[in-house]
Order: sequence, then structure tokens, then C-alpha cells
Amino acid sequence: MDFQVVVLAGGSSKNLTPLVSKELPKPLLPVANRPVLSYVLHQLEQNNLKDLIVVVEGEDTALVVGAWISGTFIDRLHVEIAAVPEDIGTAGAIRAISHHLTAKDILVVSGDLVSDVPPGAVAATHRRHDAAVTAMLSSIPVSGPLDSGSSGGKDKAKKLGRYNIIGLDPGKQFLLHIATGAEIEKDARLPKHILRAVGQMEIRSDLMDAHMYAFKRSVLQEVLDLKDTFQSLKEDVLPYLVRSQLKSEALSNRTPQGEENGNEKVTSQNNQVFVSRILANSSTPSFHDHSSENPDGSAPTRKTHKCCAYIASSGSYCVRLNSIQAFMDINRDVTGEADHLLTGTSSDPNNNIGPSPKLGTKTTVGPHCMLGEGSEIGDKCQVKRSVIGRHCRIGSHVKVVNSVVMNHVTIGDGCIIQSSVVCSNVQLQERVVLKDCQVGAGFVVTAGSEYKAESLARKEK
Amino acid sequence: MGAQKKGATARVSEDPEELARNPLQAILLADSFATTFRPITLERPKVLLPLVNIPMIDYTLAWLESAGVEEVFVFCCAHSKQVIDYLESSQWSSQPNFSVATIESHNSISAGDALRLIYERNVIHGDFVLISGDTVSNMLLTQALQEHKERKKKDANAIMTMVVKQSKPSPITQQSRLGTDELFMAINPVTKQLLCYEDKAEYSKGFISLDKTLIADNPSIILHNDKQDCYIDICSQEVLSLFTDNFDYQHLRRHFVKGLLVDDIMGYKIFTHEIHSSYAARIDNFRSYDTISKDIIQRWTYPFVPDVLCGSTAIKVERQGTYRASDVTLSRSAHVGSFTFIGQGTKIGNDTKISHSVVGKGCTIGSNVTIEGSYIWNNVTIEDGCQLRNAIVCDGVIMKSGAVLQPGVILSFKVVVGHQFVVPAYSKVSLLQQPTQQDSDEELEYADSTSGTGELQSEKLNGDIAPDLSETASELGTGGVGYIWSVFEGVQDEEWRHSVAPIPTDKLVKLMLDEDEEQLTQDGNVLSASGELKADSDDNGSEDENNEDSRDDYVFFEKEVEATFLRAVHENVKVDHAVLEVNALRLSYNMASVDCAGAIFYSMMKLAVESPHSSASELLKNAAEMITKWQKLLKSFLHDIDEEIEVILKFEEMCLESAKEFAALFPQVLHLLYDKEILQEDAILRWADEKEGADESDKVFLKRSEKFIQWLKEAEEEEDDD
Repeated sequence: MDFQVVVLAGGSSKNLTPLVSKELPKPLLPVANRPVLSYVLHQLEQNNLKDLIVVVEGEDTALVVGAWISGTFIDRLHVEIAAVPEDIGTAGAIRAISHHLTAKDILVVSGDLVSDVPPGAVAATHRRHDAAVTAMLSSIPVSGPLDSGSSGGKDKAKKLGRYNIIGLDPGKQFLLHIATGAEIEKDARLPKHILRAVGQMEIRSDLMDAHMYAFKRSVLQEVLDLKDTFQSLKEDVLPYLVRSQLKSEALSNRTPQGEENGNEKVTSQNNQVFVSRILANSSTPSFHDHSSENPDGSAPTRKTHKCCAYIASSGSYCVRLNSIQAFMDINRDVTGEADHLLTGTSSDPNNNIGPSPKLGTKTTVGPHCMLGEGSEIGDKCQVKRSVIGRHCRIGSHVKVVNSVVMNHVTIGDGCIIQSSVVCSNVQLQERVVLKDCQVGAGFVVTAGSEYKAESLARKEK
Repeated sequence: MGAQKKGATARVSEDPEELARNPLQAILLADSFATTFRPITLERPKVLLPLVNIPMIDYTLAWLESAGVEEVFVFCCAHSKQVIDYLESSQWSSQPNFSVATIESHNSISAGDALRLIYERNVIHGDFVLISGDTVSNMLLTQALQEHKERKKKDANAIMTMVVKQSKPSPITQQSRLGTDELFMAINPVTKQLLCYEDKAEYSKGFISLDKTLIADNPSIILHNDKQDCYIDICSQEVLSLFTDNFDYQHLRRHFVKGLLVDDIMGYKIFTHEIHSSYAARIDNFRSYDTISKDIIQRWTYPFVPDVLCGSTAIKVERQGTYRASDVTLSRSAHVGSFTFIGQGTKIGNDTKISHSVVGKGCTIGSNVTIEGSYIWNNVTIEDGCQLRNAIVCDGVIMKSGAVLQPGVILSFKVVVGHQFVVPAYSKVSLLQQPTQQDSDEELEYADSTSGTGELQSEKLNGDIAPDLSETASELGTGGVGYIWSVFEGVQDEEWRHSVAPIPTDKLVKLMLDEDEEQLTQDGNVLSASGELKADSDDNGSEDENNEDSRDDYVFFEKEVEATFLRAVHENVKVDHAVLEVNALRLSYNMASVDCAGAIFYSMMKLAVESPHSSASELLKNAAEMITKWQKLLKSFLHDIDEEIEVILKFEEMCLESAKEFAALFPQVLHLLYDKEILQEDAILRWADEKEGADESDKVFLKRSEKFIQWLKEAEEEEDDD
């Protein structure tokens, strides 16, 4: 398959402080004790998409991530690591690596996607329609804590703000409208001309843009060249392509300028054809025909391109790790209901569930838990719905519920950890109580302290 | 009162037995409250106009009867006498199980008035079908009624079911078929609830706005551009009381439907029922008259086709859709083409060609006549060598030999076209003079003046028709009788949209190009803006999304104030009057006097900048003059310090945005305002204090006027010392 894959792995995401650090950039955040990036890479490998460019923000991050990839996937994927400056946005990142893109079609995947939707299916949809862009849409993840977590999440308008307003054609194959971000705060404004061409448009607010796109390379590069203010694929490039799909400006495979004049001349002629069709009261060309008639330049005078949608089946799992809450949810889901994401990945020996860790007497580890190799738990402990990393030392009478504990963490006797994230090399002294907290790498929590809904991290030096 | 009654009716409809007992009723509006069929409707009501030789209302009544309606109330207003007389003499007066009662009104000007009147009569006791007398359909009502009733049982707010039909998208096809404007509807695909109804009103915009709460409430909404409104509604009783409660509802769609959709307090809901294989369409204008006539001839409306409807006069259907009544005298050499209807007793001469046309009863058509796509009503005389293309010719018209009707011509009753006269395209010819008052008023758009004035005129004219004729003979050639109506200014170009003639190719091309252009400009806007969100919001005239509405209001208000002010300046209106006017604006826009002060000051400064000046000092002079002259106006809105501070803030804003030339003069103007006692020193000092804590960029003007403020402060201290 002539597809190049660009994995936008990101770098130090602000949303995820204090979980991420220079040593542990976002792509390597452990989800069920495996770096989050490995989920995407694994899916790509499964779908035989092996020509990858992993784009990372910052040179340092590139080194760390590169080292991990070459250690893990060396003989299985053809991966190039590209470092781009921070904060140039997703579109900027693609622009920066544009000269590396050679294949006919480009699949852009966000590195923080944990999903079982096959990227190959998205690519196939893209090819089938010869689309300019195909976006993967998935149902909004049903995660209880996500709603209750954000206070006042019941407010409908607010709830809407987090998702997208997506317009689809009756066959649910084409993307006719997409609104994201700030636009959603206002009333939805739907373009009439597209509606006129299609006849009816289904407006969905229960779908989310999963940040997996297939682009036609020529189109993508042209848009990026032409619109140098575009920063984000999701908020600029995709809406632009969708908006202009019936009237692509320079977005054709042909040289745009030279033919413009020629087209002017045939306008009237073509209109005649069109008009006679109407007069004869025959069916006007359907939306698809309309666009597919185009490449040979015969019937309509407007150049069009197709924007397609691949809608993941409702049962599939698709969540982006872009917030601490999402991090918790994904860890919970991957060890729980979506555990099929873990199976078949045993090729990476380091990430197996460790060979039965040492458990003290009367210690219970509930279902949907994961203990990394070399971790030790003392007596009379309780671990429920939590992930515990490698080489952790947990004392006695410790309770860990709904939490993620990374590697090399030391937890003293009598600690209670609820709904919290404890990063690597953290030391929790005796009788620490954490609820809804995040503890950054290397932090030391003094004995007996209690924290609730706080973010603890070492001061940056 | 209305609320009480509504409560009572709700209780009634909750009782299922009661529901079952009620016979199905229908309200038939025998007046479209529109002027699209003028000049014909000045003399005869629209519902009695022949549609393939049968009055329109017969199609509607026949359908209602077949659909199981037992009681029809025919509401007549314009030419009510004619409608009542017709109904009394027709078969409908003597049908078993189908009663037709008429309700007469002389002063209703809209469907809203009609329904209010019917509510007062208290004749409707349950669900009813609301239809106008110009609708042709053959759909089955059972399913739609069933759906309506079930919904109503579950949700008392589901008070109306609208019948819609699939049509082709794009304004071009809608225009070319029924001559109607494009229609956008948003429907919930699961419940079929109608969420948004937008007809042409907001054509200029390139997008449709859907309220965000709608989107939040409905995970999936289907937005349709491919549906046709059949104007057949199944309503619950509440609909009538709603019209009474909202006395300003006039138009069924524009006011009632939209009003219900927007109103979320009462929570009334409208649902849609889509028909697929059956026919339903409303004759809204000449083009739909043409289209529906053709549909009838092509038997889409079966069983409501001429040969079935008038069983008495035997009409034979021949090959190629030719309908011929029993005693037609047809010359051997005459050629009657496909899809043509020839009525009883009509004579057709040698070598005459007729195709795609309807010819009524008792017409005399000479030799060598060509008739294409035309509608010729009863007792028309067409002499030799005439040519008719896409025209409507009413009863009793005489066309002298060699006369030609170009496409789109309407000849009203008894018009005589002179020898070899060519009636230009899209002309409307009538014996009656065009009403002099023009229907530019919005009110009159749906207020058919046929109701009152039309009848009066016709009576008056019947008396002294003779002198008129001689005067106007020249208008239609030698021996011609009738007036050619002039087309209203501005409407001229639109004539082709609703005409009986097909849309000329060049117009269609134009229509398409318009659409393209609109799309281009629309996209142009979006494109330039999409990169930077800021620009986008500027386009919409608002910087802040959250209070966009109030912001918009303010912008309008400001414009109004500016216009008022300019008028005051140019027409030397007294200051007191100007104050009154601005106060009135303030009340109507619900603004505070702070806003007035800001807006007036803005207008003053804008005028100062716009008046010619070559240097900064001249500009200052302009401003000084302006302030001196209008200080009283400004002062009447400056009651306290907050308002004065608002003026300073406004000025600052202007210096930054609209009138940058003032930026350099900021301290001088401030001083000027202080000198003129428009601003008190407290206001200026408070402003300075407030600004102290602001960003560096915000303090530009504070710094510039530092000296002045310093001086003010010192003066104050001195005063204190004293």
C-alpha cells in the first residue's frame, strides 16, 4: 500500500503535567505499563502500514522516543524520527516535515490514540473514494468519571463544547460539515451550498474526531503551502477542506493556474448541459457523481474534492490520551473492558504482566489490575482497578484504588491512594493519603500528609 | 380566557372515547391571502379557477372526502359570494357523510385571522386537517392521522403534523418546478420532529443557523433541502387557540410554525409526515399552476384526474395523454398533440396545432392557430393565425386574427386582443385597471386586497366600463380591450420566476451562477478568516462570542443613534428633539443612558473626523466645534460619573480603532471636554485610577494625558488646601 504514516507523537503536553517530564515525554507515558505510543504503532503494524514518520516536539524528546522505538520496533517497522519545534501545531508539524512525504496518500495519526479501530480500514475508505481527506470519527467514549469529573458537566451547552458538530451525507460516507472548538459555542452555521448539492445533511453531535486522517499528499501539501496561517489539522485544515469541497481552489491534481482560463470558456457550454438536464427534469447528478465527474474535467465547471468519513463501529474503543482524566480512563479501560488491546502484543517481553510479583499475606489484588514485574507488595494490602508499574515497593496496609502507579515507586505502610496518579521514582512515606492527586516524578511525600485534588511536583531546576 | 379554554380542550382530547367519537373535520381556506394570481383573482377567487377544466377547490374537496374527512369548513373571504354560490350549486352540497359548511368573512387579511374567526365560532371539536383550497393531493391520511394521534397521546405538546414530500434539491429545480423558494427544514430522523423551518426569508446568508441547544438535545438532526412543504397540516385543537393567544400570527408558516419552533416556553412541537408515492402540491403561483396541470394530465394525481372527477361529461383519454370531451368539433387537418385537454363543445379549425395545453369548454379556435403549453379557459375565441405560447387565457377572451401571445402572458377575463397585436412576454392584461396603491407594505404581502378593494373596484368598473374601453383601445392594438398592467419597480426582473412560461435558459444559467457567486463570496469570507479566528469574529461584527447578541444589539443601537444624530446635524433639529429621539431609541433597544452617552459621543467624534480637515489642529477645531454645538445633547445623558467614564472609555476605543487620527489629540480633547464641563474632574481621575492597574498597552492614552491629570490632581489638592 502506497501509504506513508505520520504519527504525531507530540512532546511535553501541558495538559498532562505533572505526569510528563523531559525524561518521560508524552509518547512514552505508560498505559498499562506500556508506552502509549506503542498502541498506535502496534495497530499500524497489524495493518501492514510500516512506513512511518514519527514526529516529536523537541530534539531531546526525539532522542528519548527514538531510542525507545529503535529498541522495540527495530526490525518490524521502518520508522524515521523527526523533531519539530514545540507549539507549531499539528499543521505546522506536517509543514515542517513536508519534504519527507513522498507517497500518494498520507495517513496522519495522533500518537496518543488508544484505539482498536484498524487504521487500514480508514486508509481503504480513503482509497475507495479517491478522497482528498478521510477523517476517522468515533462515538464519544462512554466513561463515567469523565462526566462526573468535570463539575457542572450536566450543562448541555457545555457538554456540547467538548465534541464536534459533524455533518454527513445520507449514506454516511461523506463529511459535509465539521465544526470544532470555539465555533461550537455559537449556534451552528451550516453552509447552504453544500446542503443544496446534497439535498440533506445529517447533523451529528455524538461523534468525535478521533484525530486519524488520511490525506491525499498533493492536496495536503498545497493547502499547507497556500494557507501559511493554518496551525491545526483539526481546526484549520480539515474544516477548510470540508468547506471548500465543492469548489476546491487549487486543490486538484492538475496545475491550477494554467487551466483556469480554459475553464472560463467552457462555463457557458457546461451550463447548457446542466440546464438541459434540468429542463428535461431528469435527475440532477447526485452529489457523488457530481464530484466524481470532475477529474476528467468534463461536466461541472467547479473543481471538487471529496471529504470522506470513516465511522468506527459503535463497539470499538477509541480514546485519546489528552488529559489526566483520559489517562486514568484509558489505564482503567485497557486493563478492564478493552483488554483486547493488550492481547497479541506479547512480542514486547518487557510489557507483560510481570512474573507473579511478590505479594504479602492477606493482600488482595482485585480484577482489572496490573502489577509490573519485580514489584513487591506487603501484607494486608488492597489493590483495586489499578495499574502498578515495575519494581515498586509497597508496604503493608496500603490501599490502592482506581489509581496508576508508575515504576520504581516506594509506598510506605498505611498509605491510601485513591483515583490518583503516582509517577516514577516517587516516594510516599508512611500513612500518606492521596485522593484525586497527581504526583510528579521523583517527588517525596512526607509521612502522614493528606492531599486531595492536588498536583504535586518537584520544582523545575 | 384563552388559557382557560385551552385547559378545557386539553381535557377533552385526553379522553380517548371522546376522540373516537369526533368526526374528522377539516378547515379549507378558500383564500390564499396572496396576490400571486392577479389580475385574475380580482374577478374570481383563486379556488374557483379551473385547473384542467375543473375548479381547484373540487380537487381539494374530492381529496378530503376520499381521505375520510366528514365535515369541511370552507373559509371564504375574497369573493365569498362566488365561492358560496358555487358550493351550493355543486355536487358537494348533497353528499352523504360529507358536509361542507361555509364560514364567511369580509375583513380577514390572513390565515391567522381566518383561524381566529373559526376559533370564535367554536365549530372544531378535535383534530382537524388544515388545507388551503388550492391544494391537489391523493395521499392517504390514515397513517398520518394515526401517527398524529399517537404522538398526541404521549405528548400533549405535539399539536401539529406537517406533510412533506421528497423533492429534488437545489434552488434551481425548486424554482423550475413549483416556482417556490428554497426551503430548509431540520428534522429529527427518529422522532420526525421539525426543528427548524427556513424559507427564503434569509436568502442572503450563505449558511443556516441551528440553535446550539437543538444540537445538544438531538444527537442527530437531518437538515433537508430536498423536501417540499405540501401545506397539508394535521392540527390539534390547540392550534386554533394558539392563533387566538398570539394575535400577531398571520402567516401559517412564517409566523405560526416559526413562532412555535422558536418559542421554548410553551414547548409545543411540530412533527412531519413524509409521503413517498402519493402526490401533494399546492398551487402557489402561475408556475405551479402550470406544473400541477401537467401532473394532472399525466395522471400523477390519480384518481383525481379530469375523466374520473367529471363522470357526467364523458371525457375520453386517448393515446399520448390526450383528453377529449364528447362533442368537440375538430377539423380534419387540425393536429392535437400529446398531453392536451380539449373541453366540451370546442371547435377547432383547419391546420391548427395544439400541444401540451388545456382548452376549456365552448371555445372557438380558428385556422392556422398554434397553441403550445397554454391554458385556455372557457368560451374563448381565438381567430385565425393566432399564436399562443405558455400563456393563460381566461374566460371570454377574444383574440383577433393574427394576434400573438409571447411566453408568460396572462389574459384576464373578457380581454380583447387586437388584430395582429403582439402581447409582450410576461404581460398581465385585464379589463380592470391596476390598483394604484402598491403592495409594497409588508402587511399587504399576504393581505389580499381582493378581499375588500378588489370587489369594490370590480363593482365600480362594471358600471362605467364603456368609457374606459375606448380610452384604452390602443393598449392592445386596434379593437383591443384591456389594460396591460405595468410591472412594479424592482419586481420586473423577478417576473420569470413565477410565470407560467418555463424559465428561459439564460435565467437558469443566471440562477446557477448566482448560486455559485454566493458560494464564492461566502467561501471567500470564510477562507480569509479561517486562519485567524479573530478575523472571523470581526466579520460577524462581534468580538465576543458569549455576548454576541447583546453586542449586535448595541451595534444596531449605535448605528441608529448615529443616524439620528446626523439627521439632527443636517436638518438643524433642535437639541431637545434630538434628546427625545435618542431617548426613544434607548427605550426601544432597552439600553441604558450610559450606552446613549457612548453612542452620541461616538457619532460626534466620527462626524468630526469625517468632516474635511488637513491637519491635526483643524481636526481638533472640528471636534471643538462639534462638542460646543452639541454639548447639551451629550450632557442630557451624562447623569453621573459612570456615564462620563464611559465617554472616556469610548473615546479611547475610538482612538484605537475607528478614528486613529484622534489618538494624538487625546489629551487635548479630554481637556476640551473638561473645559466644557462635560466631564467632571472626578470622572477623569477615576478613569485614571482604574487604568492604573491595566496592562501596559492599555495605558497608552493615560500616559499621554499624564500632564493633564497631574494638573487636575494638583488643582484638586490646592482646592483641598484652601
